[in-house]
Amino acid sequence: MSKIEEVRGRAVPVHGDDIDTDRIIPARFLKTITFEGLEQHVFEDDRLEAKAQGRVHPFDEPKHQGATILLAGANFGCGSSREHAPQAIKRWGIRAIIAESFAEIFFGNSLMIGMACATLPADQLQQLMALAEEQPDLEFRLDIHERTLSAGDRVVPVTMTDAVRSALLSGNWDATALLLDRYEEVEATAARLPYISGWDRAAV
Amino acid sequence: MARTLFQKVWDLHAVRTLPNGQTQLYIGLHLVHEVTSPQAFAELRERGWTVKAPHRTFATIDHIVPTAAQARPFADLMAESMTAALERNCRDYGIRFFDLASGAQGIVHVIGPEMGLTQPGMTIACGDSHTSTHGAFGAIAFGIGTSQVRDVLATQTMSISPLKVRRIEVNGQLRPGVFAKDVILHIIGKLGVKGGTGYAYEYAGDTIHRMSMDERMTICNMSIEGGARVGYVNPDETTFEYLRDRPYAPQGADFDRAVAWWKSMASDPDAVYDDVVRIDAADIAPTVTWGINPGQSVPVDGRLPHPDEVPDSERAGIVEALEFMGFDGGLRVLGTKIDVAFIGSCTNGRLSDLREAAQVVAGHKVAPHVRALVVPGSQKVAAAAEREGLDRIFQEAGFEWRRAGCSMCLAMNPDRLSGREVCASSSNRNFKGRQGSPTGRTLLMSPAMVAAAAIAGEVVDIRTWKPEAVPALA
Ligand code: SF4
Repeated sequence: MSKIEEVRGRAVPVHGDDIDTDRIIPARFLKTITFEGLEQHVFEDDRLEAKAQGRVHPFDEPKHQGATILLAGANFGCGSSREHAPQAIKRWGIRAIIAESFAEIFFGNSLMIGMACATLPADQLQQLMALAEEQPDLEFRLDIHERTLSAGDRVVPVTMTDAVRSALLSGNWDATALLLDRYEEVEATAARLPYISGWDRAAV
Repeated sequence: MARTLFQKVWDLHAVRTLPNGQTQLYIGLHLVHEVTSPQAFAELRERGWTVKAPHRTFATIDHIVPTAAQARPFADLMAESMTAALERNCRDYGIRFFDLASGAQGIVHVIGPEMGLTQPGMTIACGDSHTSTHGAFGAIAFGIGTSQVRDVLATQTMSISPLKVRRIEVNGQLRPGVFAKDVILHIIGKLGVKGGTGYAYEYAGDTIHRMSMDERMTICNMSIEGGARVGYVNPDETTFEYLRDRPYAPQGADFDRAVAWWKSMASDPDAVYDDVVRIDAADIAPTVTWGINPGQSVPVDGRLPHPDEVPDSERAGIVEALEFMGFDGGLRVLGTKIDVAFIGSCTNGRLSDLREAAQVVAGHKVAPHVRALVVPGSQKVAAAAEREGLDRIFQEAGFEWRRAGCSMCLAMNPDRLSGREVCASSSNRNFKGRQGSPTGRTLLMSPAMVAAAAIAGEVVDIRTWKPEAVPALA
């Protein structure tokens, strides 16, 4: 379990609200028994659509290659529970996502694989997105101790719950070992459930 | 103190507060399918862990199964290898696998209830966002990602923070032609696709409690489309009658004891909610989505939003959706020509859905330019429908009658849209590319409305539409 205290690097902005997991990784790429290679298909259909319309998707922009911080809009990652979505983003090189808001399952999945997620108000995000576009080499830094995002000499506070912050800082974002610890308490919990321990023990 | 069902189930299944501040929650039932589990099992092996409660874990295949020819090995080699991986994992760890030969295979959210595995007062987890479906029984059911699937396999618990509870009360009589699907599309349209983030939705009110279990499942299924990870209905006599004599439900004297306990798990009448929303059933019309998320819907005869008339914050999203769909703002979705009609999925692939659709279809023909398919949600649904002769009604009308699976709900099997085809679909997601063509377009609606659209060849209003009679054979 590795502790995550900060994420540094360049930022890539992906505009738009309600970007769903089918767009992050289309279902046809879920036909696999590993997560390997998913980064090649991240945002695939959006990238193709952009190309067809003569635009360039941020993930195809030469200036954003190697970025480690993703800036996104509201309800990012809505839709399916596929962990393939944060996996594809992480394997592309992203280590932190700063969005206006997240869909819940996507947020949890990201944390489970050690990708830091935090939120910012829409207006601040818009400004930082513009900054990342104008100065793609600018270093961004998410400080998890301080709960701040800095870009050059600009520093803004981000929202990150205590639970998420402490999971990242302690390395407990990978919780399986914690869950196996003191397992007798799990067994005691199961024993009080009538559908597990037997209906004759149902106390109503 | 008065508590909601959510709080009661949570309190009972909470093991402890973890050092990370989250709750360790015991999971009473773990449902597994082929797409989100292989990496979890692989990690289990790598780390030398085992499956803690194989008898609380059940598996099926649904997403990748072809629904036409099902002979093994599957023509799609990746589908075959995913199936083989699940077979091996279930065998190695002693997990009951409802495979194609079992007679009980089907979409994971159809078979759990149908087998009596899904019960009130339980916690349920599955690596699929539509796990909220099981809440129809008064269970608290979470869609989870693959790392959490690994955790549940290895520990039968997961690390999670509690949710707030919003009570959504629907009262009054639904108008003719309005179905459970319309109710949930209406709710999502009203509260928005992110309105439920951080909440469990408790669906209540006399409209909901008059509904069958199939209808309640349709409602709970789409909770996630409104941003709510969990949705549930308090258990009542309808719930108990559904469960009686199901294979995995308690039997005999145990059943009566179980009913008493199930009743005790329902929300207390004076429970306090974080939010309450009231909806008048009479306000709900047959509802159709016109955009690229399930909140972008209108009454079938209503007008689409016009970019000039919407709040600034919504304009970009609406313009993007209108462009993608090829619709002009301010016009109607009624009369939109369709290419494909799909009846099925974990939202609307149950027996009562097929009955509703068959009623519309009986004696008519699918429009010549429409490709129409019916895909039962499970092998048991298929068998029951065939006993009633629904398969013949559909086939005589020109529908394809398929084998059970997720089919055209998502693009992981041979059933998919091509190019810019427009699909009238009884499924749950109209995201860009969802039905297999990056430019394909999905209109979500009730199964009866899909059936009517298939016959008419275009979107029609089920309340006023009169199909042309098929001329009698001379
Ligand atoms: S029918 Fe659709 S939504 Fe339901 S489990 Fe299958 S793919 Fe997911």
